[in-house]
Amino acid sequence: MSNFYNDNPDLLFTLKNLELEEVVKLKEKDYTEAEKFDYAPENYEDAIDSYDKVLAVIGDVTGERIAPRSRQVDEEGPHFENGVVTYHPLTRKNLQELKDAGVMGVILPRQYGGLNFPTTIYTMMTEMVSRADASLQNLFGLQDIGETICEFGDEEQRAKYLPGFASGEADGAMDLTEPDSGSDLQSVRLKATQDPKTGKWYLNGMKRFITNGCAKTHLVLARSEEGTTDGRGLSMFICEKCPELVVRRIEHKLGIHGVATCELQYNNVPAELCGQRRRGLTKYVMSLMNGARVAISAQAVGIAEAAYREAKKYASEREQFKQSIDKFPAIYDMLARMKTKLAASRALLYETTKNVDLRNSYNHIMEHGTPEEQTAEVREKSKYYSKLAAVLTPMSKALSTESANQIAYDCIQIHGGTGFMHDFDAERYYRDARITNIYEGTTQLQIVAAIGGVMQRVLDKHLDELFDRIKAEGLYGRLKSMVRDMYEKQLAAVKFVAEKKDAEYQNLRAKNLVENETFVLVSLLMLRDAQKDARREALAERYILDAVHDFERNNQIILSNDLTMIDRHREVIDY
Amino acid sequence: MQYKIIVFVKQVPDTQNVTGQAMKPDGTVNRQALPAIFNPEDLNALELALQIKDNYDAKVVVATMGPPNASKVLRDALCMGADEAVLLTDRAFAGSDTLATSYALSCCAKKIGDFDLILCGRQAIDGDTAQVGPQIAEKLAIPQISYVEQVLELKDRTIRAKRAIEGGYEILEAPMPVLLTVIDANEPRPQNAKRIMKYKKAKTRSEFAAAQGSTYAESGQMAEFEKVYGEKGLLIKEWTAAETGADLKRCGLAGSPTKVKQIMSVVLTASDFKKIEPTEAGISSFIHELIEDHTLG
Repeated sequence: MSNFYNDNPDLLFTLKNLELEEVVKLKEKDYTEAEKFDYAPENYEDAIDSYDKVLAVIGDVTGERIAPRSRQVDEEGPHFENGVVTYHPLTRKNLQELKDAGVMGVILPRQYGGLNFPTTIYTMMTEMVSRADASLQNLFGLQDIGETICEFGDEEQRAKYLPGFASGEADGAMDLTEPDSGSDLQSVRLKATQDPKTGKWYLNGMKRFITNGCAKTHLVLARSEEGTTDGRGLSMFICEKCPELVVRRIEHKLGIHGVATCELQYNNVPAELCGQRRRGLTKYVMSLMNGARVAISAQAVGIAEAAYREAKKYASEREQFKQSIDKFPAIYDMLARMKTKLAASRALLYETTKNVDLRNSYNHIMEHGTPEEQTAEVREKSKYYSKLAAVLTPMSKALSTESANQIAYDCIQIHGGTGFMHDFDAERYYRDARITNIYEGTTQLQIVAAIGGVMQRVLDKHLDELFDRIKAEGLYGRLKSMVRDMYEKQLAAVKFVAEKKDAEYQNLRAKNLVENETFVLVSLLMLRDAQKDARREALAERYILDAVHDFERNNQIILSNDLTMIDRHREVIDY
Repeated sequence: MQYKIIVFVKQVPDTQNVTGQAMKPDGTVNRQALPAIFNPEDLNALELALQIKDNYDAKVVVATMGPPNASKVLRDALCMGADEAVLLTDRAFAGSDTLATSYALSCCAKKIGDFDLILCGRQAIDGDTAQVGPQIAEKLAIPQISYVEQVLELKDRTIRAKRAIEGGYEILEAPMPVLLTVIDANEPRPQNAKRIMKYKKAKTRSEFAAAQGSTYAESGQMAEFEKVYGEKGLLIKEWTAAETGADLKRCGLAGSPTKVKQIMSVVLTASDFKKIEPTEAGISSFIHELIEDHTLG
């Protein structure tokens, strides 16, 4: 019997201690939704209780039903024949059960059949689904598309598409990547042309690596402005499955086997414009991608959770030299590091989702609210949380996905030769984790996305508030002063790089700077949480004591002013 | 036409995940140490009812007999998709064996009234008798199909169902009203998020009174509660023995002829093996031995 919610003290702690009062109050419009919908919460306690109960059901569905099917799904995968993708019967069953549980429109507004949950709670589900079957998350997570249509489509489009998403009857795909446009989406070429007589749009071209490209409803990034070559010539379109939209093949991948990744050909596919022309990439897809990055961060945390548990279990059962191997320093050191990485990833993930929720709510008021609602304070908060979320999201994705890879790697290492064998889940976690730091923007691109905010000190106010919350006495005082020391060194390093005014050096050291910013922030989060639950004290201590050394190394590299990489890398690479 | 389906369910101690303190020294079940759960095959019965509701115009009423806190399984059933819930609770029901239980539930079914189908799990994991369903059918004088895997069709007043038999299955037709006992042949659907958020607030009158304070029950406001909660669909009906019109002499301990003669805590241990000669004589003497100690025959 396993329930992926109830068996996870870290997740239970997070729901109870994340202080979501402001988030929920905004989302529930000061709890006025309860007057119209009998399943809307009447107050904060009611809301948290509902989240808790729903998460427990998803914990049961993921732990009891989905997880046991995951190996077979991985081995057999979807089927492709004559242009038709057929998902594995167990994948279909998984989706049906999630549909029955009513969680296919978790963040959509109630008026379209959704649950109107904050992203934070949705992310907890994402994490559990991923722990059970990482590939299923790629289907579960497509409900983000509904969110994008909700935010940027017109009322007619909302009424047409959202109820289908919310009930789970309709599924989606986001068609962005092309053979020559991966990280560089500005160069997208898929052509959108408007019939001058009817005003109707038609799409022509190719898309590649499209998750669930066989979906009913597609969001497509396409070039609507002839003669342009940059991001401002792109618009977002909605199109539906039709004979003109051809699935050419599905990919054979290293991991996430359960989901079909398709190559699509558009032969004059009828489409409708979503939102305004020319804002497809600059606004809508960036928003969609930011949401998806949070989801991938959670997918990584879910895989890491599964891998960590597998490693811990194996290490406690496997005996060598007459004792279980977790008694050997080399192994318990590895397990402890895996655990701190996992807890750190989760702490940053939910700190991110909380600020994403605040950003979404305040932005929503600025976009759709009445003039009375759009006060100076709301405007200010909308700006503040937008900036905060824009740094936290890539930081979280970079941390969770790189950590998940390391944890999955160590999970195999702890299993020894057994872990190399297909009979154990360790190798699947390793394969599934590997995509997380690639898609929805590689780690390298997350660094690019985060470095601006680090240089502009976007997090300073937030860090100050966290410092203020940490006790000055005893262990907390000692750890706090270590974090304070890191923080001051980080400020000096940022100043050093800024004053050099050398873009290439900044780009080269961006990774070190962002990692160190992450160490400072996560250290404070770990301390904050330990103050609420003494059982987390050793975890926070372990994290910080390890972090200071990694921080120090990065800091020295930044301050080294070593320009030889820039000057001589070609000689090194080409020898 | 709308079919009215009654599903009888039971809250049972979780005997499938037994821990050290599961049994008291006297050999009876320590109910405090075991979490109370929805009897597994009753979940299958409810799932079958909900599948009928998916395909036909039907209303599902779920009912249980038990202590006041058995309302928990009723809320679970509402969260899965049941339309109404009834809790049969009364001190007079305490100590019921299968005869008294089936009598009480048959009274409950009559009070609910106008039913077309009654679904029960084949058996409960705390007693494993599989007697209650069939006895209810007998008391209501309606046909029954036991060990049902699947309902194939409802057509007017006739049901076609597939039941498991040794080594296969058979398909039976029966006129309605009919009682089915259902086996573990489907996967009960998970609870639904929206329903959870709504029906977590469903209450019986006792629960409501308890939440309002000790004097509420006498305050005369109960009717108002029943009206408001009833309109919202959040009222779990709570009936006493008298309210179902049951004869008290046939309820609870008084109505239970089953007497527990002895309870044994059986600890299975391996003893020495015995070699039997593979000859006619050897096997014959072994069979005689088994007959003598009543293992056979």
